[in-house]
Amino acid sequence: MAEPKRNRRLGRQRALPDGLRAYRAVLASRARSQASYRASFRMDLVGTVLVGLIEFSEVWVLYSATDQIGGFTLAQILLVFGLADLAFSLADLVAGHCDNLPVYVRAGTLDVFFLRPQPVLAQLITSDLSLRRLARCLVGATSLTVGLVLNDIDWSVGTVGLLVVALVCGFVIFTAQFVTAAGLQFFLINGSEMTNAFVYGGRYAATQPANVWPRGLLVVFGAVFPVAFAAYLPVSTLLGMPGLAGLPTWLGWCAPIAALWAVVVAGLCWRWGLRHYRGAGG
Amino acid sequence: MRPRPSPARNPYWRFLVAGIRGQSAYPLATLAGLVANATFGLLKGGIMGAAVASSGGELAGYTAATMAAFVWLGQGMLGSVNLSGRSDLQTRIKSGDVAVDFLRPVSVQAAHILTDVGKGLFALLPRGLPSVVIGVLVSGMALPPDAAAYALGLASLVIGITVSHATMYALATSGFWLVETRGVSVLYMALSGFFTGLFTPIYLFPDWLLTLALLTPFPSMMQFPIDVLSGQVSGAAAWQHLGVQLVWLAVVLAVGHLTTRAGRRRLEVQGG
Amino acid sequence: MNVIKTEGLTRVFTGRPNRKDRFRRPRHVAVDRLDLIVEAGESVGYIGANGAGKSTTIKMLVGILVPTSGAVTTVGLHPLKQRRALARRIGVVFGQRSQLWWDLPVRESFSILAAIHSLPAADERTRTAELVEMLEMGEFLSTPVRQLSLGQRMRAEVAAALLHRPELVILDEPTIGLDVLSKQRLREFLVAQRREHGTTLLLTTHDMGDVERLCDRILVVDHGSLAFDGTLDGLARTVGARRELVVDLATASGDLVDLDGAEHVRSESDGLRQRLAFDPQRTTAARVLAAVSERVEVLDLSITEPDIEDVVREIYRATRR
Repeated sequence: MAEPKRNRRLGRQRALPDGLRAYRAVLASRARSQASYRASFRMDLVGTVLVGLIEFSEVWVLYSATDQIGGFTLAQILLVFGLADLAFSLADLVAGHCDNLPVYVRAGTLDVFFLRPQPVLAQLITSDLSLRRLARCLVGATSLTVGLVLNDIDWSVGTVGLLVVALVCGFVIFTAQFVTAAGLQFFLINGSEMTNAFVYGGRYAATQPANVWPRGLLVVFGAVFPVAFAAYLPVSTLLGMPGLAGLPTWLGWCAPIAALWAVVVAGLCWRWGLRHYRGAGG
Repeated sequence: MRPRPSPARNPYWRFLVAGIRGQSAYPLATLAGLVANATFGLLKGGIMGAAVASSGGELAGYTAATMAAFVWLGQGMLGSVNLSGRSDLQTRIKSGDVAVDFLRPVSVQAAHILTDVGKGLFALLPRGLPSVVIGVLVSGMALPPDAAAYALGLASLVIGITVSHATMYALATSGFWLVETRGVSVLYMALSGFFTGLFTPIYLFPDWLLTLALLTPFPSMMQFPIDVLSGQVSGAAAWQHLGVQLVWLAVVLAVGHLTTRAGRRRLEVQGG
Repeated sequence: MNVIKTEGLTRVFTGRPNRKDRFRRPRHVAVDRLDLIVEAGESVGYIGANGAGKSTTIKMLVGILVPTSGAVTTVGLHPLKQRRALARRIGVVFGQRSQLWWDLPVRESFSILAAIHSLPAADERTRTAELVEMLEMGEFLSTPVRQLSLGQRMRAEVAAALLHRPELVILDEPTIGLDVLSKQRLREFLVAQRREHGTTLLLTTHDMGDVERLCDRILVVDHGSLAFDGTLDGLARTVGARRELVVDLATASGDLVDLDGAEHVRSESDGLRQRLAFDPQRTTAARVLAAVSERVEVLDLSITEPDIEDVVREIYRATRR
């Protein structure tokens, strides 16, 4: 059978640019259709910012009522909160709809994805781009900026590098959590809320100093779902704070390893879930 | 003399039971909620415990044990009060199905609130109780000191759940006038969690913010029941909490009653 | 080339353990050792009762579902291992699941799909224009999909599935819920596509009209295996796919028996309305009517097509015997 083989190779060579063209077309159309519902779009924007502000207020109330928690003052926690919240908001912007997988399954949208020549996960991720979530980034970005001004930071190439590495890795880690959730939700069609434990629980955990957690949580959010690497550990390194007991201060630089791990877990979960959906056991 | 109908024939009793039964149909969803709930509880317990410890063992009147009680009772109540800002009534008004509700010879307000309260009460079993058990096991949280405190606490809890759903009901009736109530929902979701004491006890707020919170029905939904149940307040102060809760219940029920009447008239004038 | 080839294709679903017997999971064999070959250019009607295994078969053909056992190749490809290559060469319309972008104008959906299937820009233009003309979509090309009528949407769905000139088109209930005119238009289009491009068609339907006008081969599936495989004529011979002539008479009369080429089915309202069955292969409605008119005065008449459910039921009865 020479015919299909030739076709397949042809398909592969052309996959990248044409794939990108397809994604761009979908994303551009999503953006346009959202902007066309102008009134509800504006309302969503305001609502999103409000929710972000409230989440920030919790931190502000708590750290104002005490001098410090886990060695972090209000000014210092602004860095952790800002970095974590910004990374999460960016991930939410890109992949936040993935943990609504049961909706896609029930509507039959997922079956349609199987009928198209792009990877199913890529189609799922690019099927929606909720612009209102862009507004959500404002709160985190502001908090981070204020934190950088208030704290006495020894600016150098290293500090800038550390911040960039932390932000990129945080984004990757949270995006991976959304994909992990999607993969697991193939099994949890009626119990998809369970993944909130590490997706939204992970966001909440990432805004906190990890040294106040009990040991069990440290394993869950420091290693399995490594959100401690999204903000707390890099900021500890940045401010030269002791970080987690018994571990070196430069641990914050290990965020890329954590991100890689999160991506591997997400990939496995997604493949596993997809196999289950197709009924191949698992 | 007409014979008294048995409870099974009473429509309002049936609404309450329908709410309970509807919830029990999804055991996996219940388990999922519990897992998420417990995870948040552990995280919240960690940070709040650290906050109390860093303030020398006492923060705004909370000790380590009562703070743990605050965290775990709050987590346990999450499935029972409405903090999402969305309700069935909202969807029924939008779709026009509410016209069917008005055709029934029962109070639309009572029917909706009772169904939701039924759901909320049921959720105490698979979500509320396990949360408290986890709290006791992992954190040594404070429990009510005596039988009277238990009784008072449970009463406060039931009133709190009812205030929550009655408030949501009144809010949802705004759909009779507004085309799109999503904004209202988002606003409610953001404010209710904050002012009801979901994240931090409202007593940690600066004075002006605390005053603002006390001018809303939100503390009556969670903060006050938690105060009474955990023994944080007792005696006369506990009775005072209950009194305030009842006042708010009366207020939101009255508002809901008036808006329902006006909404119904509007529906009749416009023909649905 | 075999466009579709299955060998011993089987799919078993295991359900939740039931209450009575906790240790045995109920098994449901949706597709049972199905052997099937469809050649290029064929047009195959795949019919059967609800739950007979039609959708399960299709899902395995296109790579959504993994077979429990057996083998399947579609256009010579392995649907699971070569899903993406396969997707470039087949077009699928699921009657209930939309390919289109709900909020966007129809035109935009086509252009996104063109990008998805890597159609060169010039090709995209000519193909879209061709489809728009043949399916008469010009008037609603700028309308958002959510505002389309069912008939319009279905035409757009079919166009979406055929945009990349697939060699195999699978249609799952393409005419469900459509009015007579829309059905007619869709069928004409599919016939033309087949004539011009040699497209292979596989369709499931509940509409005998679809089968009669579109298919030259019919498969009837029952409990996951084939109960019938043959032509429409063969189907008619097996079950007597007959039409019914319903006549309303001026005066009540006795049963119209012994008519040439028609058989009395039953009388209603004391013989004021009578139903007569005839085989369209052997006689015509006009001839039957003429025979009736010789005996009694006919006030009104109608012709009913055989119900696909009846045909399927007949097949089931014939094969299970």
